Parts: sequence; C-alpha cells; structure tokens
Amino acid sequence: MSAIPLAGGTVAVGEALAPAAVGSREPRRRNRTAQIVYWAALLGLAALFLYPFAWLISASFKPRAEVFDNRLIPLNPTLDNFVQVWNVAPMLTWFANSAMVAVLAAATVTVSSAMVAFGFAYFRFPLRNLMFGLVLATMMLPGMVTMIPVFLIWKDLGALNTRLPLWGTNLFGSPFYIFLLRQFFLTLPRELFDAARIDGCSNFGLFRRIAVPLSRPALIMVFVFEIQASWNDLLKPLIYLRDVNLYTIPLGLNSLFVKFNPVAGGEGDFQYIVTAALLSTVPMVVIFAVCQRYFVDGIAATARQG
Amino acid sequence: MSSAAASAAAASPAPADRSTHADAHPGDDTARGGRRQRRPPGRHQRSETRAALLFLSPWIVGFLVFTAVPMVWSLYLSFTDYGLLGEPVAVGLRNYQRMMSDPKVATALGNTFVYAALYVPCAIIVSLGLALLLHRLIRGAGFFRTVYYLPVMAPGVAVAVLFSLLLNGNYGLVNRALELVGIRGPQWLTDPAWIKPSIVLMSLWGLGGAIVIFLAALSGVPRELYEAAEMDGASAWRRFRSITLPMISGAMFFQVIVLTIAAMQLFDKIFVLFGNPGAQTSASDASLFFVLYLFQQAFQQLKMGYASALAWLLFLIIVVITAIQVKVGNKLVYYEGGSTS
Repeated sequence: MSAIPLAGGTVAVGEALAPAAVGSREPRRRNRTAQIVYWAALLGLAALFLYPFAWLISASFKPRAEVFDNRLIPLNPTLDNFVQVWNVAPMLTWFANSAMVAVLAAATVTVSSAMVAFGFAYFRFPLRNLMFGLVLATMMLPGMVTMIPVFLIWKDLGALNTRLPLWGTNLFGSPFYIFLLRQFFLTLPRELFDAARIDGCSNFGLFRRIAVPLSRPALIMVFVFEIQASWNDLLKPLIYLRDVNLYTIPLGLNSLFVKFNPVAGGEGDFQYIVTAALLSTVPMVVIFAVCQRYFVDGIAATARQG
Repeated sequence: MSSAAASAAAASPAPADRSTHADAHPGDDTARGGRRQRRPPGRHQRSETRAALLFLSPWIVGFLVFTAVPMVWSLYLSFTDYGLLGEPVAVGLRNYQRMMSDPKVATALGNTFVYAALYVPCAIIVSLGLALLLHRLIRGAGFFRTVYYLPVMAPGVAVAVLFSLLLNGNYGLVNRALELVGIRGPQWLTDPAWIKPSIVLMSLWGLGGAIVIFLAALSGVPRELYEAAEMDGASAWRRFRSITLPMISGAMFFQVIVLTIAAMQLFDKIFVLFGNPGAQTSASDASLFFVLYLFQQAFQQLKMGYASALAWLLFLIIVVITAIQVKVGNKLVYYEGGSTS
C-alpha cells in the first residue's frame, strides 16, 4: 500500500509514463511482501534456535516447583540453584578436570599434529604419498574399531581410572588436524624456508621460527576445535573413569541426570540438572564468542578439502 | 601398513642404518629410478629423509600403537571369547554367526538405519534452506550465523538433558506449545514410534556446521551465472535448480557422506537418554542404536570378542554405504573441470 504514493507521483509527471509505472508497481509490492516473509522466516527461525537456550537459562533461575512451568520470565527468580549445585555434586572438581583434560588434549594435539603436518608438507622423502594416504585412510576409520584394543592398551599400562587416556593419544597427532595443517603449510612460500636455510636455520628452526608463527590462525583453529571436542566428549570418560572425583563435565552431568531423574528412580530435583547443563555450556559459548572466526573458517575449510 | 612399519623401525633406533642398508642394495631402488634421475639421492636427500622421519615420528608411533596394532588386535578379538579376565579363547566364526541370529543386532541396525535415513535428508534440506536465507543477507549475516551455530557448541550430554525436558510428553515445552494450537503432542521419548523423530529434532538443532559449509559453497558460486540467467528470464526456482544446485553439489555430496557416517555412530545423546541403567526401559527396543549396543556388549557385559565383531560389522557397513554414495554421487555431482573438457 505504501508503494502507491510513489507510483502516484510518477503518474502525475505524465500520462505517457503511467503504463510503465503501473507495470513496475506490481513487482515492487511483491518484493516488499517477499522481504517481509523473508525477515519473518529469518527471525522466527533464529528465535526457534535460541529458545531452548532461553528456556534453559530461565529454568536455572526457577525454584524446584516451577522448573516446568515453561514461563520465559521466572515467577519467583532465585539464585539458589547456582549456589546449591556445587554442593549436591563435586561440580567444581568436574569443571577443573574438564578444563585440565581439554587444555592438555588441545595443546598436545596441536603441537604434534603441526610437527607431523610440517614433515609431510616441507620434506621430500620416499613413500611420502603412501604414508600420507595412510593418514587419510585413518581419518575414515570409525573409532569403534580400535576402541576396545586401545582400552586394553591403557589397561595394561595401568592407566584405567586416570585422566591419561582422555588426552594421551593426542601426543601422536590426529589425522584430521594433520591433514588441515598440511594444507595450510603448503600455502607458505617455499622461498621463505630456502632463505632461512641459507642463513643457517636448522630443520626444527624452519618449523619453529617460520612455519609456526606464520600459521597461527590455523594452529589456533586446531586448538579451539580440540578444546571443544574434549570438553564435550562423553565416550572416553565413560569408558575410562570410575572415580567420581575424576569425572569430566559431560560424565558428571550424565550422573546428575540419572541421580535426579525420577524416571530412573531419582529425586526429581530438575533445577540442579538444568543449572548444571547451563553451566557446562557456558565455557563453550564464551570460547565461541571469542574465537568464532576460527570455528567458522575451520568448518568451511574442511568442506573445501573434502 | 607394513611400509610404515619398516620406516618406523628404521626411524626410531638408528636412522643411519637405513641409508647404509639402501646403499648396500642399490637394486632395491630401481622402482624409484625415474625420480632418482631427477634428484640423485645424495647426502642431502638422506638427511632430508631423516629430518622428515623425525617430524613424522609422533604420527608413526601413534599410527602403529593406536591404529595398526589395535586394528589387527580387534580383528583377532572378533574371533575369540574375551571377558577381560584370563586369556581370549578362540571361537572361530562363532561371534559372526551369533551376530546374524542376535535379534538385538537386527533391531539396533534397523533403528540406526531409520534414524540415518530420516536425519540426513532433513539435515540437508534444513541446513541448505537456512544457508540460502542467510546468503541473501548483506548485513547481519554474521549475527544469524552465530545464532544458528551456537547449539553446536553445547555438549551433547547437555543437549540430550535439555531436550529430554523440552520433549517431556506431559509437561514439556514442545507439547505445551502444541496444546496452544490444539494439537495433542505425542510422548516423544517413550512412544517407540516417536523416538527417532525426537532424536532427529535434537540433532537438527546442532546442524550449524552444515549451514556454515553450505554458506561457504554458496559464496563460491560466480555471480555472473545468476546475472546471465536473470537476463535470459530464468525464474528464481529455475536459477536455483540449474545454477545453485549444481554449483554446490560437491559440498552437498560431502555433507551427505559425513552426516551419514556420523548418524551411524550416534552415541552420546542416545546413551544419556536410553543407555543409563534404569533409564526409559519401556522403550528399550526402539531406542537401541548400534553403537549403544556395541558399548553395552563391550563395557557392561564385558563381551569384548563379540563387541569387536560388532565393530567390524559397523565398519563394513559404513564402508559399503560410503562406497555406494560415492558411486551415485559421482554421477550426480557437477565437477567444473569435468564439464569443460
């Protein structure tokens, strides 16, 4: 409707222009309707994606009896859950465990994968393509195939019920990250390395002083990806940890879910479950807020190569 | 595998050994004769190989200890009875025979297939739809991308916990919302018919990664193509069908493969909702997914031999499915290089 004054203006200018103006009015109005539908869809879907988070945050501020009232704004908001949740379970210990494992896992996998990737990217040696083919092949291998023997290896090493198996294999690089970092190293101009070599730089120096500093974005990407993967992992902690004080956040949250879920004979204290679920998500949201670029670029890069 | 083993053996104790060995048998190198002419394997080549092996050593050790040996070991275990105590007892093909007649295997496989067949198309359509919406944005695309990606960051356990509450049949948000429009919502997580759709819904919340990949693919489509098509009077649908779809078919193909493999191995949400001792027993058959069954056999029943056989079955199934997808995909995917030649 608001297109009419505009069109009317053109009509007033001269009769000759009128047919053209009428002709162009139709698509313009359709365009506006399309715009409205478009923005409604975009905003509606965004709200749909955010609503579970909103529900979770809201529920965490509700007293026990109101967790399921599904109000967006709590009727009787309280901070009790955030105070009590640390007492009903060793949450702080779980957070510390998860943080420690995540940092160890990410640091070791970044360093080792970068080293291996550099070996593949920079040097020429016999069987290189075959060995790199093996890296790609292991990327496709489902973890289930090696899960049991790897468990038995850690058992033989006396590492059951320790944090070591949660990050230990990261010391040896991860095929996917080796692949990504190699692609990145290959883009670095070779002249840089040749010049440094003439200046007497050692092989390790080439890696440490040229490849690593120039690849910071890629290395940060690997680091944050592994932080997320480690923080969110349930399977390994489930297999390796028995002692409640060694639990990581996902395993701990699962145990709270069992403990308080009446379906499983629990006590029905859902306010603690929602609060713990929210707290477990907060560090990842913070990391995403800070490192979003790396996540987005990294995801896009995986598809380009695939 | 054996070649890597050879180079690893040479790499760790005495790298010098390898070069003397190679020098003593120049005939071994005839296969590389062509390369040799271009680049004589002098002292420089040897030192380069040595340096490379040093950089590769973490992966070589890791590959042997945590991939190659476990694969062989797992294959061996799949022909044994092994309960963690004592020694594995060889039983020949019995684990594989048992698999064929184990009704739980059929159930778990069936559930997993149904889930994958529901999830993958839904995920592709929804993420492509969202990516197309976002792609048209000139400003604010970053904001919406953040919104759609955020759920990916939430731990799978937290997502499962959250959705178990949202999808609660009696007082969950979803059914309350459906009530407002006069629909009586199902018992999402306990009604066998609704379990798979519930998990699809849960997984769809976390498809931000697919959206990002489609967005990247969409931004790679040359604008000239659309402009030319528009001038020729092609409709929006026609442009999508004849330009967008072929140009992003590579990314879509990649997504289908990756999402299928992931769907076949879905575990953490399933474990939280249905794997915990005592949880949702009423729906146990409809919620038994393959990896959950494998996990239960290995670490709850301690049937390591049988579980190993199950793992190999899963591997085989994934390989076959991927091979079929690649074969079909190669016919459907538009490769820029291929069409011009």
